[in-house]
Amino acid sequence: MSNTPSERPITDLTELLALAYQIEADAVQRYIDLAEQMEVHNNQDLLKVFRDLARAEGIHAEEIRKMAGDTDLAAVAKRLGRWQKGGSPEEVDLGAAHYLMTPWHALQLALIGEKRALEFFTSVVDTTKDPKIKEMAGEFVEEEAEHVNLVYRLLRKYPKPSDNWSEDDDSPAAQG
Amino acid sequence: MTIVEAQVARKAADYKSEVKPIWCPGCGDYHVLMSFTRAFAELGLEPENTVVVSGIGCSSRIPAYTNCYGFHGVHGRSLAIAAGLKVSRPDLTVVVASGDGDGYSIGGNHFLHACRRNIDMTYVVMDNHIYGMTKGQPSPTTEPEFDTALTPGGTGLSPFHPLVIALASGANFVARAFSGEPNETASILVEAIRHPGFSFVEILSPCVTFRPDEREWKSRVHPAPVGATNNPGKAARRLMTDDGFNIGILYRGERRPYQPSLVGQNIDFAELEKDFEL
Repeated sequence: MSNTPSERPITDLTELLALAYQIEADAVQRYIDLAEQMEVHNNQDLLKVFRDLARAEGIHAEEIRKMAGDTDLAAVAKRLGRWQKGGSPEEVDLGAAHYLMTPWHALQLALIGEKRALEFFTSVVDTTKDPKIKEMAGEFVEEEAEHVNLVYRLLRKYPKPSDNWSEDDDSPAAQG
Repeated sequence: MTIVEAQVARKAADYKSEVKPIWCPGCGDYHVLMSFTRAFAELGLEPENTVVVSGIGCSSRIPAYTNCYGFHGVHGRSLAIAAGLKVSRPDLTVVVASGDGDGYSIGGNHFLHACRRNIDMTYVVMDNHIYGMTKGQPSPTTEPEFDTALTPGGTGLSPFHPLVIALASGANFVARAFSGEPNETASILVEAIRHPGFSFVEILSPCVTFRPDEREWKSRVHPAPVGATNNPGKAARRLMTDDGFNIGILYRGERRPYQPSLVGQNIDFAELEKDFEL
């Protein structure tokens, strides 16, 4: 099967940085969106979790942006047009939100994103023939692996809720 | 459609207003808003030359969440408002937002005639097969067996088929999208807005509160097996086998958009008044 434009191999470090930046920037925006949803619905615990996640991803995005100097990474990423379908690896699915979700659920969403980012950079390391790209992608692999471990550590603070966590005796549907 | 491009490059976030959406967490409409802003950024629209018109319902809150001009109209009448706006200001990009209740029931007649008139605008219906804002009554697209306290035993009524109606009534562009694929939906919106004439895009947008089963739509949607056609007969035949979850552009017509010739010319209102004197 031929590569579509969005699947073509990364050809230089700028492209790798642009994609790494897009991953982090998309994650920031999704976590901000989720934080706003929780703020509107007065779920203060989750508001804090999503804001913290947005802040953490924002720091990573800024670090990557600095690595690129004057290059407009967002513009490069737009030109590359990756992930037209399904979103970038750390782009959390807003459809997975629930008005009774808990910090455990939020961290599960974050875990999915971090693992997908880890898979992406690992695939770059495994497939690129360029030693510089391999080296930088390897650094991103290490970072993402650390992020995965961080989420696991955070999950220790928030035990898995009971199976009936979404049951609501006064649910909107019951009020109809 | 008339597209006035911005002189400076804008990002999707630039089209979001400061008003925070109050949809339920998990609602598909969040993704639709994201698709709107991505499509507007892709097209480089000038917010001051773009209007988002809506009716009533959860979906119709969307004009408040964009920073374009907005008109939150009366129930089912968004197309009438938008049509008046577009014929009097053909220079504007007009996007109309509605839901399956607002658009297909209360506004059903306007839908038929908007397709027939083929005015150059884009009509987006966020279809969740339910009246969500008013707590879960069945809408025209609700399945007949949808059994709740409000519809004991189900409605028993055959659902409305929006794409069939749009095609048969003369819409010049017909497509279906899924909110859970915001990039793909944005691409369809870009094409719909660019296409001359009346463009209709149905977006399947789950109501996770009153139809939690619709979270499964994510695994039910699939790309349409064939691409768009400009042949309405072929498009109609494709709809005969449509399972309601085909995603993509079905039809790109070539009918000339309707634009009244008198618009923009000087009208002598004194003369006009004389014609109506009793």
